[in-house]
Amino acid sequence: MQELNARRQLEADLSELTRMLMRLSKMAEEALARSVWALKNQDVETARNVLDKDDALDQLTGRIDVECMNFVARFQPLGEDLRTVTSIMHMAVDLERIGDYGGNIARAAIELAGKELMKPLIDIPRMTATLSEMLEKAMSSLERREPALAREVFPLDDLVDDLEKQIMRELLLLMMERPQRIEQATLLLNVARTLERAGDHITNVAERVLYSLTGKVIRATDFRRPKER
Amino acid sequence: MKGNVQIRSQNVNLYYGPAKVLKDITFDIFDHTVTALIGPSGCGKSSWLRCLNRMNDYIAGARVEGEILIDEHDIYARDTDVIALRRNVGMVFQKPNPFPMSIYDNVAYGPRLHGVRSREQLDGIVERSLRGAALWTEVKDKLTSSGIGLSGGQQQRLCIARAIATEPKILLMDEPTSALDPMATARIEELVRDLKKNFTVVIVTHNMQQAARVSDFTAFFLLGELVEYEVTTKIFTAPDDKRTEDYITGRFG
Repeated sequence: MQELNARRQLEADLSELTRMLMRLSKMAEEALARSVWALKNQDVETARNVLDKDDALDQLTGRIDVECMNFVARFQPLGEDLRTVTSIMHMAVDLERIGDYGGNIARAAIELAGKELMKPLIDIPRMTATLSEMLEKAMSSLERREPALAREVFPLDDLVDDLEKQIMRELLLLMMERPQRIEQATLLLNVARTLERAGDHITNVAERVLYSLTGKVIRATDFRRPKER
Repeated sequence: MKGNVQIRSQNVNLYYGPAKVLKDITFDIFDHTVTALIGPSGCGKSSWLRCLNRMNDYIAGARVEGEILIDEHDIYARDTDVIALRRNVGMVFQKPNPFPMSIYDNVAYGPRLHGVRSREQLDGIVERSLRGAALWTEVKDKLTSSGIGLSGGQQQRLCIARAIATEPKILLMDEPTSALDPMATARIEELVRDLKKNFTVVIVTHNMQQAARVSDFTAFFLLGELVEYEVTTKIFTAPDDKRTEDYITGRFG
């Protein structure tokens, strides 16, 4: 029962697909981090740069999609191979969306540039740092085939949700004090909401990683605190 | 999806002389389902299939321990009528093996053997069986020509028609498409899915995609043991046993 040669090509191709996905993840992570940095530092150039890179992100997503289909057509995978390739297809969609969110935030950064910020941005960058950590955990879990790492993503999404709520409360108070702030505050609210959504997509990614590694459908809610009623 | 148990295999051990080729095989097969038996060559899947209509009786030194119950009747009991058993448990082999006689006589062979003499009755059986095997429209105008003259795929469907002519409850198929081209294979697979309305089908296949396509349940055999028996979709997406996972992903076999 020695390892068959037929698996060598399959494993090489599957590793390449995984590497492509990790590259996409890195690009999505950068889009978020750089757009938020541009927002905080009012740096139009960095924001434009994020928008410029959006095409590359879309192209890579398209390539992953095609290569996954080719993989299925050539190897007709089953078991863990099948779970992994279908998961990669799903994860690529989630990651592309996160990249798009980076673009949305970059547009907000361009709009805000040159206008005085109503407050220094603290929690929005914290959200972004947490999202980066989540993505890195999910991808390391896939690469190192360690399910425990992906499970660590779920409680971090609770933290992201908390930060968003905190930002909303704060901005609401500031708006009530001075209605002139409404325009900018609405924009920042949107950014916070966008980041919260990105957290949901990363949670999906972590669920997919766990499914591909364990074969069990794992719901993030099992690892998060119960929802408040 | 689980219905009534049609075949019950209880602690079945099979020996060919001193060699133990099946070890303690215990599982139930449900009526009106398609069950695929998979595993590498020599794993015991065909040997177990052959136990179901006592074909191993013909092998010198073969000995079966344990019980195989079909509709709760022990088929290895002393009072078992083996002829009746085989009427009830039809079989289709790897290579199409029509008899060197007309298409009609191929199908009528079994019913005649079991005493059906009336021409009218036989005509009905032949048509019904050929329709059941999805061959009727292709051969209805040449029922008197030789079964050997048909294409491979047609021959195999003729063999299926012959097997169902005696109205068995169970249909055993031992790699029924391994000698056929993809189109003929697709037709047989379609037929298999159709056949389960009237029969319980147990199919041995080396083609895992085929098992995934046609079966409701899959049993994975390895080295004479039943490693895992589960709903087919589970076996091929997320099996519980590491050995099953390794086999379906081509790590061995």
